[in-house]
Amino acid sequence: MKKIFLIFIIYFSSLNFLYALIEVDITRGNLDPLPIAVSPLHVDIKSTEYEGIKIKELGIDISKIIERNFKSTGLFNPLKKEAFVQKPDIAHLKPRFEDWRLIKAQALVTGKILVKDGKLKVEFRLWDLTAAKEMTALAFTTTPSNWRRVAHIISDKIYERLTGEEGYFDTRIIYVAESGPKEQRIKKLGIMDQDGANTKYLTLGNELVLTPRFSPTNQMVTYLSYFRNLPRVYLLDIETGMQEVVGNFPGMTFAPRFSPDGKKIIMSFAEDGNSDIYTMDLETRVVERITNHSSIDTSPSFSPDGKYIVFNSDRSGLQQIYVMRSDGNEVKRITFGSGIYGTPVWSPRGDLIAFTKVRKGRFYIGVMRTDGSGERLLTENFYQEAPSWSPNGRVLVFYRETKSGSKGEGFSATLWSIDITGYNERKLATKTDASDPSWSSLLSK
Amino acid sequence: MTLNTNLKNIFLVVFTTLILSACSTAKKAGDIDGDVYTGKETVKYLASGVPDRVFFATNKTSLTTASRATLRKQATFLRKNKKLSVTIEGHADERGTREYNLALGERRANAARDYLMTYGISGKRISTISYGKEKPVNPASSSLAWSQNRRSVTVKVN
Repeated sequence: MKKIFLIFIIYFSSLNFLYALIEVDITRGNLDPLPIAVSPLHVDIKSTEYEGIKIKELGIDISKIIERNFKSTGLFNPLKKEAFVQKPDIAHLKPRFEDWRLIKAQALVTGKILVKDGKLKVEFRLWDLTAAKEMTALAFTTTPSNWRRVAHIISDKIYERLTGEEGYFDTRIIYVAESGPKEQRIKKLGIMDQDGANTKYLTLGNELVLTPRFSPTNQMVTYLSYFRNLPRVYLLDIETGMQEVVGNFPGMTFAPRFSPDGKKIIMSFAEDGNSDIYTMDLETRVVERITNHSSIDTSPSFSPDGKYIVFNSDRSGLQQIYVMRSDGNEVKRITFGSGIYGTPVWSPRGDLIAFTKVRKGRFYIGVMRTDGSGERLLTENFYQEAPSWSPNGRVLVFYRETKSGSKGEGFSATLWSIDITGYNERKLATKTDASDPSWSSLLSK
Repeated sequence: MTLNTNLKNIFLVVFTTLILSACSTAKKAGDIDGDVYTGKETVKYLASGVPDRVFFATNKTSLTTASRATLRKQATFLRKNKKLSVTIEGHADERGTREYNLALGERRANAARDYLMTYGISGKRISTISYGKEKPVNPASSSLAWSQNRRSVTVKVN
């Protein structure tokens, strides 16, 4: 992906921090989203046709994707285009700030695209309408078929400029696509853009597949497959489609994740019925046993610096969350609240652990600090689990299952996202029922 | 007279309700003990009188007295059919996290396997596989369905 996507980033305006420009605070729920106008990008008349793309509509299409991205954050309020007061090309050169302020916009996005010689040239600007200043501007070139990613990259740059945090729009989600009756579910690996576009299936559904997770570079996926009725952890190269079993274990391996450097897989191996945590180095093939306990040890997840592992164990009698050093020493229980805890995942920022909690028959997704303090439950439901972090550590994606009737009717599995503030809960659009989401890191980083 | 009929009606209603509730509690008490399923609704048979499955309590992998009796019957059956191999499938209900349920299913399958082995069946004849919560036998979201789904099932492989 990286290779084909050559980005030339030119900042042609220096960021001026001397002026108090607009800032969006994302550390709390935003009840007053920033009104932003996203002008359609002006399509340069020198543009030529490109196979499969409606060049004339490309400018408006890109702006619509940006608007949807902004809207999905709950932090921005994209204004209706009917009220826009200036043509895209003129606004892009220099907006009449006072006119845009009339429609109550506080920020304005303008841009220009040119499709020529099989290339798509893009430039865009972000304007602070209150301060009457350009906040950021960027130009880059890519292949025209990447036009949706152009919209996501612009969204990321603007989000970054306005919130001070990295964006998460130029990302993908891998998940388990589900269909069929509850007793005979067909499950395939599905992959889509963060906004639900470009869905593809990576397996055919002949065997049960579960818990796919991206590698840090997004090129590999590790998951559990019941190929030939032998549940084992697999590695899949998304670009080549090559698959291989991870290691040579004489029993079930499951609950895989990559180490933060992408060099190891950490997973559970069930030996004579007892699940412990192991790592395998993908290059040297060296297998290391990390836990050795007669209880169930599973759902391991590395801290982003690779020094610690958080995992799920029932060594106290019921499922609780534990942290240990990456060599398996200094095991420490961190959850003591009422109820049981599972699926711990370390935030990419390192500051929080997301988890599933079950209490009195209800399921919660929550976050807590890495020592178990400051527990916050974000959402409650009949059944939900398996949170996965957005690359900037601000949003969680997870899945939900509904209660079903006596014949299994009414059952569904869907993907949802929620800000770690507890606000902005949203259902993700998927082509089929879906579970076990894993969020990629930024593709263009 | 009208009063009388009304009263009669009320009595009838009360009476039927009593019978109905008595029925439902009787059924429950008969099929679930603690929260372990004890009924026969989903059970299949390896041979006449040899049930193919045993049931577990929520989050538990220990065998109940009834489960041990079932497994002893399976052991007797396997001793008689020396060439037969089996796979024990371990399952969990839908009320747990997926990964933990996979581990739980594996434990349940192995609990049954270990018990068969103590009754003289070679471990080589018994493989195990866990499906966690992925293959419910009863798709409903009810205590009865969950109790039927917390199971390990012995399946003939040759």
